[in-house]
Amino acid sequence: MPEATEKERSGKVVVRCTVNGRDAELSGFPMARLLDVLREELKLTGTKEGCGEGECGACSVFINGKIVNSCLVPLMQVEGARVVTIEGIASDEQLNAIQEAFIETGGAQCGICTPGMVMAAVNLLDRNSEPTESDIRAGLAGNLCRCTGYMKIFEAVVRACQHSGVKR
Amino acid sequence: MRAYLPAYELQRPASLDEALRLLASAPGEWRPFAGGTDLMVLLEAGKLEHRKFFSIWHLDELRGIEETIEHITLGALTTYTELQSNETMRREFPMLCVAASETGAIAIQNRGTLGGNIANASPAADSPPALIVYGAELELVSARGARWIAYEGFHTAYKQMRMEPDELISRIRLPRASAGDNWKQYYRKVGTRKAQAISKICFAGAARLGDGQIEEARISMGSVAPTVVSCTKTASILRGRRVNKETIGAAQGEMKKEIVPIDDLRSTADYRLQVSLNLLEDFLLSLER
Ligand SMILES: Cc1cc2nc3c(=O)[nH]c(=O)nc-3n(C[C@H](O)[C@H](O)[C@H](O)COP(=O)(O)OP(=O)(O)OC[C@H]3O[C@@H](n4cnc5c(N)ncnc54)[C@H](O)[C@@H]3O)c2cc1C
Ligand code: FES
Ligand code: FES
Repeated sequence: MPEATEKERSGKVVVRCTVNGRDAELSGFPMARLLDVLREELKLTGTKEGCGEGECGACSVFINGKIVNSCLVPLMQVEGARVVTIEGIASDEQLNAIQEAFIETGGAQCGICTPGMVMAAVNLLDRNSEPTESDIRAGLAGNLCRCTGYMKIFEAVVRACQHSGVKR
Repeated sequence: MRAYLPAYELQRPASLDEALRLLASAPGEWRPFAGGTDLMVLLEAGKLEHRKFFSIWHLDELRGIEETIEHITLGALTTYTELQSNETMRREFPMLCVAASETGAIAIQNRGTLGGNIANASPAADSPPALIVYGAELELVSARGARWIAYEGFHTAYKQMRMEPDELISRIRLPRASAGDNWKQYYRKVGTRKAQAISKICFAGAARLGDGQIEEARISMGSVAPTVVSCTKTASILRGRRVNKETIGAAQGEMKKEIVPIDDLRSTADYRLQVSLNLLEDFLLSLER
């Protein structure tokens, strides 16, 4: 990476927050997208960029327990926040039940939408452990997939609900 | 084209007072940044012309929903998610809750704010028609003080508002008498797909009935003019009438004069006019149901 000029460096800020439970100091321009900071500074590349404009959900993360599109969150606004990315969903080697279900149903093809789909499913099942079909559709409505045709993703969520004790 | 990030500032004032001092220090130079769901899209597209912002997202003074006997008062930072999960809002102001539930998907609803929707001043925004029908008022604050104004008339022309450069929206107040049991409410957004779609037409209507007659009606529409429209003439000719073919025809005739739909990439003027008239009819028929 080229050295930043003096002016650019002075425009950067350091923001303190936690990422996946660990304290983090993130440095960047205040308007930098959280998406880029996670991927480039922290090398947490599980969070994907699809559209960059809030339409596709590939960049979904949790901030203070709420699911948001990290492409629309400027770095400055995560000061003091709790950020959880897809990397924080599995515990060590143990995948989350939703991730297991995606594997079982073939809910992932190219995989670009998958982290966001999993985050949306986690968000849904956290709030509602017995979602109806229409709850599931609504829960995934902010996530686009160009490969699977959605049915296998839908089935993955249904299956994850059936696994007893859906937990993160 | 991506934005050149070093060119942008985003301050984080410690309190509302500090934010207002910053606004007053050079009126017009600094602008608020709330949930960013409009601003970040512009930034990403390389279309965010303004450069200096301060975040208000963390300012608790601008959050929360308060209830009194007369009003429900929403902090400008009330998100679509918060709005829909409030019991009183759901019971008394369902149009606004439906508007919220149809604005983007969950991740957008967790960040998008009512204040941002108003100040972004898009003619296609979904909450303004409901706010107009409810007779909402806005509180504008600045270092000079605070004032309440009617929301109707706030948007004066495309992206023009009755808000001074040193002011921001702090609260939105809804009179409870304008809603509730004796008002029948009707809200419809016509978009292209269920989630995320930007409105082609957004219709909000409410009417109070007595003895099978319309005692009072209010109608407002989005996406049919450069700003949200309050269809006062259409609403006023409904007064004292029963819902029948004649009434529907008269109202539609009036509405044709009141709205000026446009052609754009989302739809055509003809389509919008026809849909508007159909929605008006559907609203009136719904009063009978
Ligand atoms: C994928 C997607 C889908 C969307 N769908 C819809 C939809 O269906 N319907 C719809 O209406 N909108 C939609 N939007 C637009 C947007 O989410 C809303 O307009 C939202 O309410 C904006 O609020 P915000 O807090 O994010 O605003 P911001 O982006 O933070 O700000 C928007 C503007 O308002 C100003 N502002 C913000 N708060 C204040 C304040 N308190 N006082 C004064 N000025 C202020 C800012 O300076 C800026 O000019 C969508 C956006 C996306 C990305
Ligand atoms: S990349 Fe953020 S929503 Fe598509
Ligand atoms: S698996 Fe390729 S976009 Fe969904």
